[in-house]
Amino acid sequence: MASETVTAGQHAVAEHAADHPHGPAYLHHHFDDVEQQRECTSLGMWSFLATEIMMFGGLFFVYSLYRWLYPDAFHIGSHHLNITLGTGNTFVLLFSSLTMAMAVHFATENNPRMTVICLGLTWILGAAFIGIKAVEWTTDYREGLVPGLNWTYYNHEEGLRELANKPIGPQHVMMYFVIYFSMTGLHAIHMIIGLILVGVFMRYAAKGQFNGGNDQPVELMGLYWHFVDIVWVFLFPLLYLIAGFHPGGLGGGAP
Amino acid sequence: MAAHDATHHGHGHDHSHAHGEAYAVHVPTRVYYWNFAALMVLLVITLFAAYFDLGEWNLFIAMTIAVIKALLIVLFFMHLAYSTRLVRVFAGAALFWLIIMFVLTLGDYFARQAPSMPGH
Repeated sequence: MASETVTAGQHAVAEHAADHPHGPAYLHHHFDDVEQQRECTSLGMWSFLATEIMMFGGLFFVYSLYRWLYPDAFHIGSHHLNITLGTGNTFVLLFSSLTMAMAVHFATENNPRMTVICLGLTWILGAAFIGIKAVEWTTDYREGLVPGLNWTYYNHEEGLRELANKPIGPQHVMMYFVIYFSMTGLHAIHMIIGLILVGVFMRYAAKGQFNGGNDQPVELMGLYWHFVDIVWVFLFPLLYLIAGFHPGGLGGGAP
Repeated sequence: MAAHDATHHGHGHDHSHAHGEAYAVHVPTRVYYWNFAALMVLLVITLFAAYFDLGEWNLFIAMTIAVIKALLIVLFFMHLAYSTRLVRVFAGAALFWLIIMFVLTLGDYFARQAPSMPGH
């Protein structure tokens, strides 16, 4: 069985070496057939996502460690974020995952028009996410909550009141914001890369490049998009929803 | 495997692979709609739970819901439920290594005293 497969494979290589007389144009010459090419590229994408998980994993580890060390600081820090905007962004990103899944679906259906429309919706939602994030970051900057650029938490009476009777100082709240900006910043960089990819793929789809069975590139790009969505699915509760959120401001009602 | 060999050996790129469409995963679109609906319900639940100060339970509830949401996205939007075993192994390997990092390193921290940090 095994040897039979090998010889058959070698046969196929020799036969298809020149120009793939039997294969479609999108079949690369170093693959035997489309099925093999699809599995290889799929594994390649998942390997890349594994490295991405390790990269974000490091940040999630830093988060876990500091939250364990300074739970009060994380509690206070999270109450300075705008939960409405955070929830809105979660909705926007989950919705964009649906439109991306639909774009992949229409690519497999040989429907370039609907593929472009769904990719366009995905792009608009992704851009909306970045826009909302920009509003949040600008507010943080104005409130003096950006370590390194504008950090005035020390000077706020409100801030000092929050810290009263707690075994932490402003520098621990600062650590929360350092982690917040590192994680959301790296996530936003991924979103921007995703937006560029979606834009390029809209052009390709409009030209009909994903027709005739060559839909896999859309699927792989979709994997990246969904991955970035998943990172946010974890960032949202960890950064915004730490505990006992009170509508209408800086409660800081940690017991 | 047998089916794969059959199409591999057979010369005429016959029946199902004629247009190449058969290679792609075909998931009924209602799966996507229901998946999205489930994600929305989970988002509402996680938000609702965050309004209450439940101590340790806040984190537990939030993370459980986040893991379920991630699973829904991975299985249905990312087609892992329909992928080959090898692809699933690759996806699982990343998670496995992440767990090693968390368990070993945090275990070390938890087993010792908290390190003294400047200003503490």
